Amino acid sequence: MFARLLPRRLPRLSPLSSRPISTTVPKRSDALFIHRDTTYNNPQIAFKFNPQNLKRAEEIISHYPPQYKKAAVIPLLDLGQRQNKGWTSISVMNYVAEILELPPMRVYEVATFYTMFNREPIGTNFVQVCTTTPCMLMGSTDILKTTCAHLGGLKPGETTKDGKFTVIEVECQGACSNAPMMAINDDFYEDLTTETTKAILDAFSRGEKPKPGPQSSRQTSENSAGLTALTSKPYGPGEFCLPEFQ
Amino acid sequence: MLTASRSSSSAALRSASGRIRAFATVADPPVRRYGGLKDQDRIFTNAYCRHDHGLKGAKSRGDWHRTKDILAKGDSWIIDTIKASGLRGRGGAGFPSGLKWSFMNKPNWQADKRPRYLVVNADEGEPGTCKDREILRGDPHKLVEGCLVAGRGMNANAAYIYIRGEFIQEANHLEQAIAEAYKDGLLGPNSCGSGYAFDVYVHRGAGAYICGEETALIESLEGKQGKPRLKPPFPADVGLFGCPTTVANVETVAVAPTICRRGAPWFAGFGRDRNQGTKLFCISGHVNNPCVIEEEMSIPLRELVEKHCGGVRGGWDNLLGIIPGGCSVPVLPIKKCEEVLMDYDSLKDAQSGLGTGAVIVMDKSTDIIAAIARFSSFYKHESCGQCTPCREGTTWMMNMMNRMVEGRGHRREIDMLLELTKQVEGRTICALGDAAAWPIQGLMRHFRPEVEARIDAFRAQHGNVAFGGLLASEVDDTHAVPDNLGVRLPVEAPGAV
Repeated sequence: MFARLLPRRLPRLSPLSSRPISTTVPKRSDALFIHRDTTYNNPQIAFKFNPQNLKRAEEIISHYPPQYKKAAVIPLLDLGQRQNKGWTSISVMNYVAEILELPPMRVYEVATFYTMFNREPIGTNFVQVCTTTPCMLMGSTDILKTTCAHLGGLKPGETTKDGKFTVIEVECQGACSNAPMMAINDDFYEDLTTETTKAILDAFSRGEKPKPGPQSSRQTSENSAGLTALTSKPYGPGEFCLPEFQ
Repeated sequence: MLTASRSSSSAALRSASGRIRAFATVADPPVRRYGGLKDQDRIFTNAYCRHDHGLKGAKSRGDWHRTKDILAKGDSWIIDTIKASGLRGRGGAGFPSGLKWSFMNKPNWQADKRPRYLVVNADEGEPGTCKDREILRGDPHKLVEGCLVAGRGMNANAAYIYIRGEFIQEANHLEQAIAEAYKDGLLGPNSCGSGYAFDVYVHRGAGAYICGEETALIESLEGKQGKPRLKPPFPADVGLFGCPTTVANVETVAVAPTICRRGAPWFAGFGRDRNQGTKLFCISGHVNNPCVIEEEMSIPLRELVEKHCGGVRGGWDNLLGIIPGGCSVPVLPIKKCEEVLMDYDSLKDAQSGLGTGAVIVMDKSTDIIAAIARFSSFYKHESCGQCTPCREGTTWMMNMMNRMVEGRGHRREIDMLLELTKQVEGRTICALGDAAAWPIQGLMRHFRPEVEARIDAFRAQHGNVAFGGLLASEVDDTHAVPDNLGVRLPVEAPGAV
């Protein structure tokens, strides 16, 4: 995802006096697939669900056949991530593996595959700016630039020094008729302009939560110049139905 | 068939008039215009969340009305109704839904003691698509009731709704709807008092576009990486947890109860033959008022844009191109946009596709090459990495497209890129490889002169460019440079290749 922003790597024959026989450009991925123990992320750090989440976890596991407890791995990782300040540490993964009686590797596989699992700590407000084509057409490049500049010259993927914001570029979030949009934590902020983007970020940095949804005058995804459909009162039970279902 | 009918009609004529007529003349069928759906025929009456999305509001809008009677009609009645309504899958592929659901009821299916599942695909992630979101947050009860009706049709025991992880508000509305339905006895061991046991569960995903593919979705639901499975065995034989499963899109499932209640002929009365029904279209991009709208199938694309979205920014003549069905289908130039109808067959004839009904409009200010290149980065990001042609191909396509944006390349590379897309297309387990290839093919089909012009402009500024973006001016001839890079290829006159 961020590969686009990295300097473009093109094969280039540099006029060096001594040339190695062959060189391979290291392949950089936007995602981190390896784990190295650090002071903040190592298996010794204890993690357990709090009683409330444990109850929720049991309920989730009960949705699946008992021999397929494994199916709960994504919901439980999500639960763990929420309890662990928005990121999935190695301890969270190990704990989920323990609950579901899985080899830890099965959980690591899943946690590295899905983009919503952050395997590094993030700021309190997780700003995800959509930059896929429908948003791009409506100016998401400016929104991303504004966001990064407004938060003190971040690059996508970085966290502010005070730990309040992490900005990333994400792929389509499924709110294309309300482009451009960004998601902050769990809420969608749609129909953005550079001004409303700044206002939203300012509100979050003050610790407030602005109203999610479209930041323009519209309510959801209707025509902003007035409804072109669903203007009349919705029909009621049995109306227009076959005689047998009236 | 044609000859047979002709000879029989001429035989009839002969007997009637006693003379032989050489050719049958066929009267032109009356011209029918599509579009202009009335509110009373719209299924998703709360698409804009103006009303209560809870059970009370849903019931007042006609949901859960005599569902028990629908269930009592039995599985074959439901499937026959869906078949007769002409409903085709709304998730993109457009497979006839009644037929698909009937695969679950093979002869002697009762002998198979495995549980049976309906899986609803709410992993809406195709760029441009935002229709299921409106159903999930505005009309969640339509979906829950649809699960029950469709589940009854295929004799399923439970439904799993796989909703994309980013949709938090939507998942909450859905969870609320399910909880209300259980509390009201509409779901559970005795759903709607019909004696039919049915459960509905929500499963939230975690951000992977590929999980919108049916087998990848099943894998993901089983708690694995979302990597598509080889078919056969098809999910109807071996699906979720090794049991018979049918995966269907949110919209397909959510319209089922209304079709059953209002009758198949009502639904089949909209749209052209084989493309019947109503459909949620989501229009984004350079229109004055982008919106999500339920309209009749086969509505002309131009009418859809002008009637419901206030037209293209700067007028219709300012249009550059439209992607009519989400990022996986090729772009259409303005000339074709004027004549196509929004249905499966018309768009297929125009070498594009209806896909999910996501219309992405681009006006003349758009850098179309950059727009398509962005799709290539999207596919590179979302490729699951299972099949080599897709994993490597999407990266190559992205790199080449990014160079095309600048024009840093050789004209011959356009054909190389096209060849690359052909090598990816059809050589992967799922359709993501095809989907990555088609936008590029569409771009080159309709906008090749623009790409060439950009390459020429770059070349005029920077001199010869070799294959792979290497500038000829940077090449040191004292080193052994491979001679197949095209560094010294002569400048070709426009259109010479």
